[in-house]
Amino acid sequence: MEGLTLSDAEQKYYSDLFSYCDIESTKKVAANGRVLELFRAAQLPNDVVLQIMELCGATRLGYFGRSQFYIALKLVAVAQSGFPLRVESINTVKDLPLPRFVASKNEQESRHAASYSSDSENQGSYSGVIPPPPGRGQVKKGSVSHDTVQPRTSADQQEPASPVVSPQQSPPTSPHTWRKHSRHPSGGNSERPLAGPGPFWSPFGEAQSGSSAGDTVWSGHSPPPPQETWVSFADTPPTSTLLTMHPASVQDQTTVRTVASATTANEIRRQSSSYDDPWKITDEQRQYYVNQFKTIQPDLNGFIPGSAAKEFFTKSKLPILELSHIWELSDFDKDGALTLDEFCAAFHLVVARKNGYDLPEKLPESLMPKLIDLEDSADVGDQPGEVGYSGSPAEAPPSKSPSMPSLNQTWPELNQSSEQWETFSERSSSSQTLTQFDSNIAPADPDTAIVHPVPIRMTPSKIHMQEMELKRTGSDHTNPTSPLLVKPSDLSEESKINSSVKFASGNTVDGYSSSDSFTSDPEQIGNNVTHQRSHSGTSPDNTAPPPPPPRPQPSHSRSSSLDMNRTFAVTTGQQQAGVVAHPPAVPPRPQPSQAPGPIVHRPVDADGLITHTSTSPQQIPEQPNFADFSQFEVFAASNVNEEQDDEAEKHPEVLPVEKASDPASSLRVAKTDSKIEEKTAASVPANVSKGTTPLAPPPKPVRRRLKSEDELRPEVDEHTQKTGVLAAVLASQPSIPRSVGKDKKAIQASIRRNKETNTVLARLNSELQQQLKDVLEERISLEVQLEQLRPFSHL
Amino acid sequence: MAVCVAVIAKENYPLYIRSIPTENELKFHYMVHTSLDVVDEKISAMGKALVDQRELYLGLLYPTEDYKVYGYVTNSKVKFVMVVDSSNTALRDNEIRSMFRKLHNSYTDVMCNPFYNPGDRIQSRAFDSMVTSMMIQVLSRAPCCRAGEALWA
Repeated sequence: MEGLTLSDAEQKYYSDLFSYCDIESTKKVAANGRVLELFRAAQLPNDVVLQIMELCGATRLGYFGRSQFYIALKLVAVAQSGFPLRVESINTVKDLPLPRFVASKNEQESRHAASYSSDSENQGSYSGVIPPPPGRGQVKKGSVSHDTVQPRTSADQQEPASPVVSPQQSPPTSPHTWRKHSRHPSGGNSERPLAGPGPFWSPFGEAQSGSSAGDTVWSGHSPPPPQETWVSFADTPPTSTLLTMHPASVQDQTTVRTVASATTANEIRRQSSSYDDPWKITDEQRQYYVNQFKTIQPDLNGFIPGSAAKEFFTKSKLPILELSHIWELSDFDKDGALTLDEFCAAFHLVVARKNGYDLPEKLPESLMPKLIDLEDSADVGDQPGEVGYSGSPAEAPPSKSPSMPSLNQTWPELNQSSEQWETFSERSSSSQTLTQFDSNIAPADPDTAIVHPVPIRMTPSKIHMQEMELKRTGSDHTNPTSPLLVKPSDLSEESKINSSVKFASGNTVDGYSSSDSFTSDPEQIGNNVTHQRSHSGTSPDNTAPPPPPPRPQPSHSRSSSLDMNRTFAVTTGQQQAGVVAHPPAVPPRPQPSQAPGPIVHRPVDADGLITHTSTSPQQIPEQPNFADFSQFEVFAASNVNEEQDDEAEKHPEVLPVEKASDPASSLRVAKTDSKIEEKTAASVPANVSKGTTPLAPPPKPVRRRLKSEDELRPEVDEHTQKTGVLAAVLASQPSIPRSVGKDKKAIQASIRRNKETNTVLARLNSELQQQLKDVLEERISLEVQLEQLRPFSHL
Repeated sequence: MAVCVAVIAKENYPLYIRSIPTENELKFHYMVHTSLDVVDEKISAMGKALVDQRELYLGLLYPTEDYKVYGYVTNSKVKFVMVVDSSNTALRDNEIRSMFRKLHNSYTDVMCNPFYNPGDRIQSRAFDSMVTSMMIQVLSRAPCCRAGEALWA
C-alpha cells in the first residue's frame, strides 16, 4: 500500500468510522461485518466494494487494519466521486469529498462530512457519528434508531457543544428525539413510526428484536431529551454488540452492564444535544445512574468501595489509565469510595469517554458532587449559556458557571485545605516558623522594637543580669533591700520607654546604658536598665530574662527606678549605700522639727550641697513627705558615712583606676560599680540595721522614693547629683539626732567625693554612649548591606 | 523549585521520576539512585526506635556542588527524593517539608485510586500536575529553565 495522506477532516472522519467499526475496542482491527455494512451503506455496487476491499489489502490480510480501513474509505470516496478505482487514486485525487454512507448513518455522515469539510474541529460531531460501543452487553431495543436517523436528518444536532459550527445543521428538534426515545421505553421494535430504515440498519433492528433483556431495562427510563443523533448510535452500537454478545448469552451479563450501556447511550444523547453543557447530567441519565448505584450499593447515602467501582467501570472497557483518570476526577473527597454524586459523575465521564469526548483535566462543575443542602438548588442541568464545547471536547466547560452553588466551588478549596490538613504526623515546622518570626522581628525597625514583647538580650547584659541575680540573691536576707534591688529589674522588665529604644536594638549596650544613667535623667536610668533587659531578650540566646521579681506595689516600681537612679547616679558607695540604706534606715516618722536641722546643716556644705539644700527646702513645702525624706537622708548619710567611709573611699579610688582602662573595662567597671554599690547597699542596710536605728518597713522608703521621683522628674540632669545627695541626706535624717555634727562633715566630704566621681563617670558615660552610637550605626549599615546582598544571591 | 522529583518504591525501583531537563536527565537519575543509599542509612540509623517515632522527613541527604538532595520516607518505605538547585538559597527547610507533604498527599491520592495497582508507575495526571506546580516555580526565578516533560510516557 502506498502511503495515505489524509486531510485533517478526513483523518478525523476516518478515525471515527474506524472506532465505530472497532466494536471490540481493539483499535486495530475493524470488524469485518461492520466494515462490510459500512461499505454497503456507501451505496456502491458490490463489485466496487469488493474491488475496494481488494485494493486496500484487506482481502489479503483477512481483516481490516486501520490503514486498510482508511484506504478503503478513501477508495469509497473516490468511487463515490466517480473516479476510477485505482490504487494511485488514493493520493492523486485531490479535494475528495468524504465518503458518504447511506442510510441513517449516511445522512449523519453526510452531515458530518459537510461539517468536517466546513470545520474540521467538529469534534462534537464525532460523538454523533460514531458512538463507540459501550462494550457492555447492552441490549438496546432501540433499533428504532434507524428510523430516527432519518428524522434526524432534519434535526441536525451533531455538535452539541459547537453550535457555532455547522451552520448547515438545523437545531435539534425535540419531536424527533422524543419520538425516538419514546420508542425506547416502549419496548423497541413495536413502534417504528419512522419506517424505511436503510439496509444498513435493518440487520440491527432484527437483532434488537431478539433482545428482550435490554427492553426491560429501557422501560425504566423516561424519554430522554433531544439527542437524535445519539439515540441512533446509542442503539446501534449496543445492538451490534448485542449481535456479538448474543452467542455469549446475554442473560449472563449483569443488568448492570446493560443498564450501564443504555445509560451510556442516553447520556451521550443528552450530551450531544445540549448546547450549553456537554457535561450536564440529564434527569434520565441521573436516574439511570442512581439505579446503577443501587445495584451496587442499595443505600443511596452510602459509598461504593473502590474495588466494586473498579469492577463496575472496568466493564466499560475503557483503558485502565483513563479509568484511573476518571476516578481521580470523580472521587472528590479522595476517600477511595464513591458517593452517589461521585458515582454519577464517574459514570457520566465514562459515558462521555466512550463516546469520544476527551476527559477533562478538572472535574466539570456540573459533575461536582453537590453538598447535601444544595441538592435542591443545584440543578444538575443548570448551566445557562455554557457553550463550553466551542472547541475541543477535551476542554472542560467553564467552571465559573454562576449557577453553580458557591459551596460547590468551595469544594476544591476545602478539598485542598483538607488535604493540607490531613498531613501525616510530622514534626510541624513551628520551630522554623518561630525562628522566622524572630528573624523578622529583629531586623525590623529597631525604633519600633519597643512594641515587641519579645525580650531582647544583649550578651553583655547577661553579665549584668547575673549581677542582678546576685544582688537579688545576695540581698535576700535583707528584706528592705531586696525589693529595692528587685525593683530596678522590675522596672527594666516592664517599662518600654522610647527614649532609649535605640539602645534596645543595639545589642551591645548594656553597660552603656548603665553608664548612661549617670548623665541622663534618673528616670531614664531606669529606662536604660529596662532596655538593657529588653536587649537581653533579642540576643542570640533568645531566652527571656529572669522573671521580674515580685513588685510590691505599682508605686514601688517607680520608686525602684529612683532607687536605681540613685544607685547609679551616685557612684560613691557611700552615697549609694546611704541611698540603699534608706529603706532599711527608715526611721519612725521624722518629726518636722528635724527637718530644718539638716537643712541648716546643708548650707554649710559645699555648693552642691547647698543647691541640694536649696532644692530640698523648696521641695519640702511641695510635698508633705519631703521633710521625712530629708530627715531620712541625713540619717542615712550619717549612718552611711559612719559605716561606709571605707567603702566610699574605695569607690573613688577604684573608679579613677577604672577610668583609665578601655571603655569595655570601664563598662564592666560601671557594672561592677553598680554591683559594688548594690553589694554595699546590701551590706549597708545590714550594718545599718544592726547598728543604728531600726529601719522602718518598705512603705517608708516607698514614700521617699516616690517623692524623690517626683522631685527628680521635673529636675534636669544637674539635679541628679543633688537628688542623690539629697537622698543620702534624707536617708541620713533619722540619724540626725544622733551625731549630727560628725555626720555632717562626713556627709559633706562624701558628697564632694561622690560628685567628683560622678562627673568623671558622667564623662565616661558620654564617651561610651558615643561609642555605642557608632557601633549601632555600623551595625545598621552592615545589616543594610546584607539585605542588599541577599537578593542577588537569592537568584 | 525542585529540579527533580522522584518517588521510589519500597523495593527501590522508581515509581515516578521527573526532572527539568536543563541538562541530561540521566544525571538526576543517577543522583536519585545514589541518594537511596543515604536514605537507607538514615532509616537504619533510626531503625532502633519505633517506626512511629521515626521522622518522615529526612532532610538534606547530601549536597553537591550544584544541587542539594532532600529525602522523605513514608511509613510504608516509599521514598520521595527531591533534588533542588543550590542557587535557590531562599528555599528553607520548612518549604522543603511542605513540598514533601504535598507529594505525600498526592501520592496517597494516587494510592486511593482503585485503578492504580501498587507497584505500577504513577501515571496520574493529578500527580503530574502537582509535581509540575512544584517544579514550575523554578521558572519564575530562573527564566532559563524549562518545565520538564515526564520521563516516562
